[in-house]
Amino acid sequence: MSQPLATISGRPAPPLAHHFESMKQQHDSAVLGMWVFLLTEILLFSGLFVGYAVYRALHPEVFQAASQLLDWRMGMLNTFVLLTSSLTMALAVRAAQLGRHRQLALLLASTLALAGVFLVVKYFEYSHKLHRGIAPGFWFSPHGAEAAGLADLPYARNFFSIYFVMTALHGIHVLIGMAAIGWLLARARRQDFGGEYYYPVECVGLYWHLVDLVWIYLFPLLYLID
Amino acid sequence: MSIATQIIDRHGGADHGHKSYLEDGSGLRSWIFTLDHKRIGIMYLASAMAAFLLGGLLAMIIRIELLTPGPTIISADRYNQAFTLHGAIMIFLFIIPVIPAALGNFFLPLQLGAKDVAFPRLNLASYWIYVIGAIFAVVSMVMGSVDTGWTFYTPYSVDSNTAVIPMVTGAFILGFSSIFTGVNFVVTIHKMRPAGMGWFSMPLFLWALYATSIVQILATPVLGITLLLLAVERLVGIGIFDPLMGGDPVLFQHFFWFYSHPAVYIMILPAMGIISEVIACFSRKNIFGYRFVALSSIGIAVIGFLVWGHHMFVSGQSELAGTIFSALTFLVAIPSAIKVFNWIATMYRGSIELKTPMIYALMFLFLFSIGGLTGVYLGALALNVHVHDTYFVVAHFHYVIVGGTVIAFIGGLHYWWPKMSGRMYPERLAQVVALMIFVGFNWTFFPQFILGTQGMPRRYYNYLPEFAPLHQFSSAGAFVMGAGFGLMIAYFIWSWLRGPRAPQNPWGATTLEWTTSSPPIMHNFHKTPMVSGGAYHYSVHPSEATVRR
Amino acid sequence: MDAAAGPFLPSQASTLAPAVDAVHYFVLGISIFFFLLIVGLMLTFVIRYRRRRAEATTPDLTHNHALEIFWSVTPLLILAAIFTMGFNAYMAGRVAPDGALEVYVTGRQWSWSFSYPREGIVSPGELVVPVGRPVKLVMASEDVIHSFFVPAFRVKQDVLPNRYTTLWFEATMEGEFVIFCTEYCGTSHSDMIGTVIVKSEEEYRAWVESGGVGDISQLSMAEYGALLFRQNACNACHAVDGTRLVGPPLNGIFGHRQPLTGGDAVTVDEEYLRESIVNPNAKVVDGYSASMPAFPHLKPEQVGALIEYIKSLEQ
Ligand code: HEA
Ligand code: HEA
Ligand code: HEC
Ligand code: CUA
Ligand SMILES: [Cu+2]
Repeated sequence: MSQPLATISGRPAPPLAHHFESMKQQHDSAVLGMWVFLLTEILLFSGLFVGYAVYRALHPEVFQAASQLLDWRMGMLNTFVLLTSSLTMALAVRAAQLGRHRQLALLLASTLALAGVFLVVKYFEYSHKLHRGIAPGFWFSPHGAEAAGLADLPYARNFFSIYFVMTALHGIHVLIGMAAIGWLLARARRQDFGGEYYYPVECVGLYWHLVDLVWIYLFPLLYLID
Repeated sequence: MSIATQIIDRHGGADHGHKSYLEDGSGLRSWIFTLDHKRIGIMYLASAMAAFLLGGLLAMIIRIELLTPGPTIISADRYNQAFTLHGAIMIFLFIIPVIPAALGNFFLPLQLGAKDVAFPRLNLASYWIYVIGAIFAVVSMVMGSVDTGWTFYTPYSVDSNTAVIPMVTGAFILGFSSIFTGVNFVVTIHKMRPAGMGWFSMPLFLWALYATSIVQILATPVLGITLLLLAVERLVGIGIFDPLMGGDPVLFQHFFWFYSHPAVYIMILPAMGIISEVIACFSRKNIFGYRFVALSSIGIAVIGFLVWGHHMFVSGQSELAGTIFSALTFLVAIPSAIKVFNWIATMYRGSIELKTPMIYALMFLFLFSIGGLTGVYLGALALNVHVHDTYFVVAHFHYVIVGGTVIAFIGGLHYWWPKMSGRMYPERLAQVVALMIFVGFNWTFFPQFILGTQGMPRRYYNYLPEFAPLHQFSSAGAFVMGAGFGLMIAYFIWSWLRGPRAPQNPWGATTLEWTTSSPPIMHNFHKTPMVSGGAYHYSVHPSEATVRR
Repeated sequence: MDAAAGPFLPSQASTLAPAVDAVHYFVLGISIFFFLLIVGLMLTFVIRYRRRRAEATTPDLTHNHALEIFWSVTPLLILAAIFTMGFNAYMAGRVAPDGALEVYVTGRQWSWSFSYPREGIVSPGELVVPVGRPVKLVMASEDVIHSFFVPAFRVKQDVLPNRYTTLWFEATMEGEFVIFCTEYCGTSHSDMIGTVIVKSEEEYRAWVESGGVGDISQLSMAEYGALLFRQNACNACHAVDGTRLVGPPLNGIFGHRQPLTGGDAVTVDEEYLRESIVNPNAKVVDGYSASMPAFPHLKPEQVGALIEYIKSLEQ
């Protein structure tokens, strides 16, 4: 929705699409469209949050016990990483608006790098669990010292299933966001943005803040149950 | 002409500025890559009609099988697959997209006096996503069809060894298509209204599309996550819906109906928009109570989110929940009643011409009243307990969906056909076919109310012999209705190819789409139309009216 | 059975039925009134105000707040009345009176079974109850969701795999009434049919005393087998007229060679039939899946009766 610039044939077109009256109308439309789309994203995740709430209400002690096995330090580190990336993204939008091409490229690249760090940390968390048989659904067969108590905890599997589904869906969103930022980076290096035309950066920025926001909720709900 | 020039060319060059959108560019590429909302609308129309034929064919198989108790032409498993596919195809591939994505796409920018929707590329993407979703649904038919019912209730849908995952994936993908259309329409209506057109001078069809889009945007993602979880449940066993893994199957029902009840308003709201346009036009009278008709659409959309539990009165939810959902269900009937009364009032002292679109509008009032009033019947707790999951429910929703939405859609198709195709349909034949569909429809579905109150459960392959006469009667009617639809499709095809040329404004309507040529040029208007006052200019000051009192 | 005793509603065979039917007629009356009102006005206007001259003009009647309020509030009041009636009749059906006869109900694909905890009886397919005494059903499913529906009693309740649901009724009429499964549950959903048999208090007591078998002394072994065949819902999967359902048709199989999956074949004799019933998956008929459940509660003489019944079935 946010890329009506390059045509399907790949040639760059002038910034104002034919059916808009003004740059402002085009900009406002794109941003409103992005907000509305983010609403659908929130509802997508809220389905999962409701599922989480139901099972936590049913089995509070299980959620508390199982949550201990998530490493809150890793979660905290990732929270910090994502928050920083939100900051660089916000600065990127500003840079795009001011037409500071080099700065924009630099900020987008750092956002991308931070997103990469997030995924690497996530990778370590996942593999740590999978090695101990803490896996979703049918594959759930905890073993080893740390996970010992889990086998007797009747609904622990459900907790970790929810954990994996939620964080995986969030992870997919991170990946999509990285693809979008990568695309912006390529265009920033072509110096496409500036002046009245920067809404692609703004829209991806909004999206990235949402990805961040979802994590801000996931982190305490999954890692910090006391 | 390449796509690129279409985009760059803001005002249309002299040489092609006056060609109609149908002639402006030819060949396959000019259609499948088109960014023109009108062509996308036409592609949606053709695809949705194909889905309707497929769904209708399955319906005929159902009706033939029900001619006798026990096996008639197919096995029990085949029958279960037949009604599942019938329901899923009709809902997800036909009725949800047909009015917004086909007629809405075509006429939303035209009624706004705009050149296109806000995001033409997203629009095209939405169409192709629809096609991909449809392919998944059809592949699932080949891969050993789903047999879960269109509601995919767990745990049966987790146990069933049929192709649940392809079908669910298809429905998930179709959801994106629906969301993209919704986003596009909301932004277009917010940002692209011409100067001089305030919210309350929009045609009512646009209000209806706006309300529909809101529901699409807010409800569809929940269906998406539900179906995703169902697929993951089958693949991995995450134990959210599967009781064997510690899950709760009733939670699935809550999730499913949180989408699917609002979805019934995705089906009916745009239909109501069409009815407002048609009744005003053919009564040659400004709509009565414009603001009430407009705002009741929003009312339906909002309250519609709070009543999903009326599908679950006997599911094991608490009495308190049942009571609240029942009360809210009655509340949602009020805005519909307001609309019906205002439409009737619009006809009062009008100058009514019974052209085919108007005949369909009258049929809508007749059939939707029955469907809606039986919805109220279903909302009453004690009665719901008796008729839940019987043919009474089947009759109710065919009255509102076929008698309401499909009838309104067909009415709208006749109304706008001259604009879309540039040709007229055969008026006399169309009237006869309308009568056929009307008679066939009541003949098919009215007996099902009686079957339902007598206790005949739905989704039954086999039934007690005492139900046979009514079932046979119903099946006979289905053939009359089916033949009606068949004839209608035939004359539309004829008209598209050979019909007489249509004038710019055959009905004397006053909304903007009638101020451009039939069919419209690529960029819709030769020059941006000026707007002042409301959308309807059918009536004059009461003292000057000459219609006979 | 009288699922369709009335022209419109089934016979009223429980204490709840009259209240439900009263709501039915109330809503029906209101619906007919509004339907006639709307269609009547519509047709009147179509005739009265039909277009007579091509250039006729119409008065601009934009709105009328009093009217709008009138036709929003009137339906609202009527709907409130319907809600209250529906609610009252519903609540009456929810709370079982103290001292009701309790029966456990088990739904499985695709049959019902009824256990009487105090009487120590297991009755497959047939729910036997005394007339004029409240009965409370405590229900659960062994597999997917089913739904217990007796049209003549106006009661319905889903039967879930992960929790108990309950329902109560008091029959007012002796006789047999059909039980439907009204939640879609797979292949033979429409054959998951049971029977409520309402007996007089004395007959009911006699039935309990006989251990839930009733009086079978008059029956031949094959007739008793036919009864068991129906009670255990064998007919949900086996036709006796040669039709293929979930399981193979059972008529005329005795004495014939039956091909099995894996290429073997057996001659159908008493022992093969016994094994097929008691341990159904030991030998699976070619072309069918091993989906027949075991029937562990059948006593040896009952298995014998079933075998005699199957032997008696003609090609
Ligand atoms: C287009 C789709 C559509 C529409 C518009 C409606 C409209 C309504 N529906 Fe329906 N419904 C379905 C599609 C639709 N429904 C489907 C598909 C199912 C079954 C799904 C499945 O299980 O497979 C279903 C099932 C369904 C149930 C559950 C049945 C069950 O399974 O037990 C209920 C229960 O309350 C219900 C109620 C209503 C009500 C109160 C309205 C109201 O909105 C109706 C309002 C309209 C009017 C009231 C008529 C017009 C007004 C007047 C004539 C004026 C006078 C009015 C009064 C005095 C009240 N519907
Ligand atoms: C948009 C929604 C829609 C539409 C339009 C229809 C249209 C029809 N439906 Fe459908 N129906 C559903 C949605 C819809 N239905 C849903 C959601 C269910 C529930 C499924 C479930 O339980 O999971 C259902 C279930 C359902 C059942 C209940 C099955 C059961 O519970 O066992 C029946 C039975 O009569 C039925 C019949 C029909 C008929 C006769 C038509 C007719 O109107 C169709 C007419 C159309 C045609 C016939 C095609 C066009 C004509 C031709 C191609 C010409 C050739 C025709 C002939 C030669 C006759 N439908
Ligand atoms: C859920 C479905 C189901 C039910 C209920 C059921 N059966 Fe079966 N039955 C089958 C299937 C499927 C087969 C074929 C596969 C096999 O042989 O196990 C079968 C096979 C048989 C056979 C062997 C038939 C042959 O042709 O060789 C007999 C005998 C039989 N069933 C008797 C019964 C009796 C008696 C009952 C009731 C007490 C019963 N069945 C209930 C599904 C069922
Ligand atoms: Cu059991 Cu349907
Ligand atoms: Cu609903």
